Amino acid sequence: MPLDATIDPATHKFALVGTRPLRPDGIDKVTGRARFGADASAPGMLVGKILRSPHAHARIRAIDTSKAAKLPGVKAIVTRADFKEGDPGLRDVLHNVMARDKALYDGHAVAAVAATSAAVARKALKLIRVDYEILPHVTDVDEAMKPGAPVLHADMITANVEPAPKKASNIASRCEFGHGDPEIGFKQADLVIARSFKTEATHQGYIEPHACLASVGSDGQGELWVCTQGHYMVRNQCASLLGMDVSKLRVTASEIGGGFGGKTTVFIEPVALALSRKAGRPVKLVMSREEVFRASGPTSSASMDVKIGVTKDGRITAGTAEIRFQGGAFAGSPVEFGAMSAFACYDLEHVKTVGYDVVTNRPKQAAYRAPGAPMVAFAVESVLDELAKKIGMDPIELRLKNAAKEGTRSSYGPKYKRIGLIECLEAARRHPHYKAPLGPNQGRGIAAGFWFNFGGQTCVSLNVNVDGTVALAVGTPDIGGSRASMCLIAAEELGIGYEQVRAIVADTSSLGYNDISEGSRVTFSTGLAVIQAARDATAKLCARAAKTWGIAPDAVVWEKGYAKPASPNAGSFAPLSLADIAKTAGSTGGPIAGHCEVNAEGAGVSFAVHMTDAEVDRETGRVEIKRYTVVQDAGKAIHPSYVEGQYQGGAAQGIGWAINEEYVYGRDGRLQNPGFLDYRIPVASDLPMIDTVIVETPNPGHPYGVRGVGETSIVPPLAAVANAVSAAAGVRLSELPMAPPRVLAAIDAAASRRS
Amino acid sequence: MALVKLSGTLRSAAGGLTELEIDAPNIHQLLLKLAEQHPKLKPVLDRGVSVAVDGEIYRDDRFRPLPAGSEVFILPRMAGG
Repeated sequence: MPLDATIDPATHKFALVGTRPLRPDGIDKVTGRARFGADASAPGMLVGKILRSPHAHARIRAIDTSKAAKLPGVKAIVTRADFKEGDPGLRDVLHNVMARDKALYDGHAVAAVAATSAAVARKALKLIRVDYEILPHVTDVDEAMKPGAPVLHADMITANVEPAPKKASNIASRCEFGHGDPEIGFKQADLVIARSFKTEATHQGYIEPHACLASVGSDGQGELWVCTQGHYMVRNQCASLLGMDVSKLRVTASEIGGGFGGKTTVFIEPVALALSRKAGRPVKLVMSREEVFRASGPTSSASMDVKIGVTKDGRITAGTAEIRFQGGAFAGSPVEFGAMSAFACYDLEHVKTVGYDVVTNRPKQAAYRAPGAPMVAFAVESVLDELAKKIGMDPIELRLKNAAKEGTRSSYGPKYKRIGLIECLEAARRHPHYKAPLGPNQGRGIAAGFWFNFGGQTCVSLNVNVDGTVALAVGTPDIGGSRASMCLIAAEELGIGYEQVRAIVADTSSLGYNDISEGSRVTFSTGLAVIQAARDATAKLCARAAKTWGIAPDAVVWEKGYAKPASPNAGSFAPLSLADIAKTAGSTGGPIAGHCEVNAEGAGVSFAVHMTDAEVDRETGRVEIKRYTVVQDAGKAIHPSYVEGQYQGGAAQGIGWAINEEYVYGRDGRLQNPGFLDYRIPVASDLPMIDTVIVETPNPGHPYGVRGVGETSIVPPLAAVANAVSAAAGVRLSELPMAPPRVLAAIDAAASRRS
Repeated sequence: MALVKLSGTLRSAAGGLTELEIDAPNIHQLLLKLAEQHPKLKPVLDRGVSVAVDGEIYRDDRFRPLPAGSEVFILPRMAGG
């Protein structure tokens, strides 16, 4: 649905879009009334618990559940045999939900029980005997690629390589993007820098652990209450894994305490349903924080080599990157998106990126905001920072000189439509932060970032109530304030007040299919569907007014909340408000509702520029972020407060990724820090106020010009912080996280090189 | 006639071709013809792809008409967090 011809987003005066009303779910959340996943309960409910492998890699010879089954209070035990095999698209999902022949990582589920209490369930887990044959393991991406590394899957032959390898390995696939000939480009350069980088796996760190309540009746019909980013996905996958008809499973999404991509697949939901089906009673399953770390998806860890050449006057002549991502025990790391986005900010004649998707004995990675892009931006933007310093050019000037714009051929192929990178860079350069003086031991870093965004399948119903208020049913879980934005859009279209619209996230039996809330798609695609549903409703409202007045429907227009005759020729009638028409709907044709079912395309790509000041304690290596500014293109900000919230949230998570967070594995392949005490995410006292600048370069693919904003904000921080820390420490930091021991070691190594 | 440009990922499966012309009215027909002409591409296409037409990336819209002379890229299926 293209940009409205009647709306110039730069000058159009919206009545409500762009204002900052309170969110409709705010009071519930601050008073504790909101119901999250673990708040669901049902009469006769059992407690589910999952037995997990203590080994990083082990063959499962046998599982003996007989003693556990005899324990009083145990009502059901399930293993892999209780799930339906056969859907090739869900093979790895099922294998991750419940191990079969092999446990592939520390924490891999092998069996589950449902019992009358948590104490009985825990006791039952201890009575299950699993006969393991421990196998060699590998958790590091570079080690996993070496010949002789323990191979996880005997049938894994590297895809996209001709001729195909004859032997199995841990390299699931190879990908390559780019154009031109980098060797020619490097010859044209006055300076070429090549560096290697590593990042560790980080968890999305959502505060609410995975939780669900499943209830399957003796008639085979089931219900599931769950915290998820996509309850339609949960319904479809669970129905397939349990051999149920989709229509027999109704899924309701709870409020969600964070997802960030980590709640875009199933982990415990099929297990809870299988237990409930077997026990004939509702089963509640809630992950502990330790289980969240050990067995839900962190992001990939990465190992990368980047090489960039520039001329003395700052023109990039060529860029190459080889990117190696481990995505846990199954294929599917986001290495393709990493390879595509590595140089997407820049207009390059010669560019090539190669990626390898590698499996290791770690939990299967899950999406994490702009999956794959933050790590490669760290590598590319670090080299650009070094190049700018070496040729004596301002780092924003270097990026402006090479920035992609409308018509630029992207490094992954297609030419860009209208984009806002240059506007972001210029806004960053104008910002007072960029010229503010730095204190002792402080450094400033800047970095740019890119993300694709997409639309997807979306279904919305807008029901006009008898009193002229409106009930809006959407199918995309609200993970960032989207109900407020949807109410604003509906009210804008209908010409009524924001408070007169109430949005709910409907269950899977109430609306047609909706894709997951991911890919920065909700404000774009659900917003687009709300616009269409509202216009569908106003057309019907006009028709009712026409019937009342006895004139043709096309002789009525909808303006600012009223049906009016289109012209004096249509007759002279007092305008009818939405409430007037709603009040008499029963006698003019029945209920009035607007609907939209769409597969939204046209999501515009998005760019951001971040800058930060870091202070390094040269005695301890501790990093403190002193100031942080996010500049990002939103296309059109529907509710600016929640756009800013996305910017700040992405920056905060990126700062944690840069300086603190990492999965630490012992020599035994077991995760050493599965808790928030040892896996330290930033808290409010660790962060400065994160300043934000909303740039609005309209997306030509949306009626109001909206672009997704949820993911791009996590792309630049790793690099921006690394550039700031490197400047403050006087040495280039090329591995994340930049925890004190690593920073101190880099400072000491640089000092010993100088002496 | 659309000009299909192949990324390095797809080139090896298409016998080293960097681009080829395909006469198809829409994305659906284009993908069918591509798999027919280069069977080694079929597994990649079957895994799910997005298709960029003149700079616009289509994740699902298989019946999007292809304007004459359009530039087409086959990309991984878009996903996100």
